[in-house]
Amino acid sequence: MAGKPIGLEVSLAVAEAVRLCDADVVAAYPITPQTHIVEHLSELVADGKLDAAYIPVESEQSAMSSCIGSAAAGARTFTATSSQGLALMNEMLYIAPVLRTPVVMAIVNRALSAPINIWNDHSDIMSVRDAGWVAVFAENGQESLDLTVMAFRIAEDPRVSLPVSVNIDGFTLSHFIEPVVLPEPGEVAGYLPPFRPLVKLDIAKPVSIGLLGTPESYTEARKATDDVLLASKAVVSEAFADFRKHFGREYNLVETYLTEDAETILVTMGSISETAMTAVDEMRAEGVKVGVVRIRLWRPFPVEEFKAAIRPAKNLAVIDRHMVLGVPDGPVALEVKSLLYADPVRPAISNYVLGLGGRDVTRDDFKHITKRAQEPEAPGRPRFELVGVWE
Amino acid sequence: MAKEIDALMKVRDLPAGFTAEPGSTLAFKTGDWRSMRPKLDREKCIYCGFCYIYCPDGVYQDMGKDEKWYKPDFDYCKGCGVCAHECPKDCIEMVLEEV
Repeated sequence: MAGKPIGLEVSLAVAEAVRLCDADVVAAYPITPQTHIVEHLSELVADGKLDAAYIPVESEQSAMSSCIGSAAAGARTFTATSSQGLALMNEMLYIAPVLRTPVVMAIVNRALSAPINIWNDHSDIMSVRDAGWVAVFAENGQESLDLTVMAFRIAEDPRVSLPVSVNIDGFTLSHFIEPVVLPEPGEVAGYLPPFRPLVKLDIAKPVSIGLLGTPESYTEARKATDDVLLASKAVVSEAFADFRKHFGREYNLVETYLTEDAETILVTMGSISETAMTAVDEMRAEGVKVGVVRIRLWRPFPVEEFKAAIRPAKNLAVIDRHMVLGVPDGPVALEVKSLLYADPVRPAISNYVLGLGGRDVTRDDFKHITKRAQEPEAPGRPRFELVGVWE
Repeated sequence: MAKEIDALMKVRDLPAGFTAEPGSTLAFKTGDWRSMRPKLDREKCIYCGFCYIYCPDGVYQDMGKDEKWYKPDFDYCKGCGVCAHECPKDCIEMVLEEV
């Protein structure tokens, strides 16, 4: 079950996961920092190591269009993109969930222009968070690989049949060589059943896909999609639990680190969580009661699991990697505040935006944030900080 | 607020992926969008078929060599007036739709 870890660039590990899942179609356009994933996949296809159609499309809009068509034709479908590429897919991103086409996409997270920036933050995914995709965030190389395998299982489950994005921090994860355990092909086949599409283009039983929804039916079509997305949480949990049985690695919708007696909890997503945990270790050594709650499943938002995870805290420091212009909070903080607003007892919530456009996020940042979050609320002082901005 | 009695489709009845069986647009009578309707002067009609060819919705039906005219299907004619615009003999007039 537990194989030997090998050193592998995380992008290549993701591509190898797609090979192990025996994808049928890869339609993608290269864009930094995602390029190594599809580059490696095109090599695997050219070398006959992956029996798939590789479609080198002329844009990301075409990539997602091809993927939707491919999934509707019953093919296991993968693509990957970043930043401007995701933005160029925008209109198709909102279509895939309603059509129930289970495309799997690695989003190698990168800042959106302008100014042009190729480095990591979460502005790309956060700008399309309402599109209706299941979205998970990886913390390290092994998670990037494992979540890609699990993404196919979740997406293609007939109770879900929705697209899934695996969010992988650009460069900090994608371009690093990390120790990863590659599952055996047979092991993956035991975990991931053959794709039996819920909605299928079939000449024996023709249907029209991609219809007009008039005022009489648009609301109902959106609601039907939301119902499925919300209900997919149970299937995600099931896929995580079953993954543990097959591969021995444990995944939860929300992860906690030293939260049992924590007075202050840092809420994180993605790779900075490892830095946060190291900072927590150092602060704990000095007697600070601080812990980390990491949101792995971002959509559908695991409301109950999140609330249970943060319960002991007096102070909640929500960390965002995307700046919402025009509102004094990041997207994660906006949602956390919204879902806790009606609770009679809730922690003091403060929000910290940092690590934009590839700026380093350090242990000292988390120590600073923890200190700020513990300060009593001062009238007139917003509980928000754009950490490290030079004004 | 929309009354349930008016509901054409309920969430629970929608097919997965918002799909439809072939030919379902036949049930969608677009004729009630019409504010103007084509009125034909069959005396002037030379049975050239321009209305039949140009109609963007294919509502004109060929009545055959004996009758020698094209008949619009008012269940689907939206009253766009392309037929009247293209008719080389000006034998189609767009008149106000009276309800």
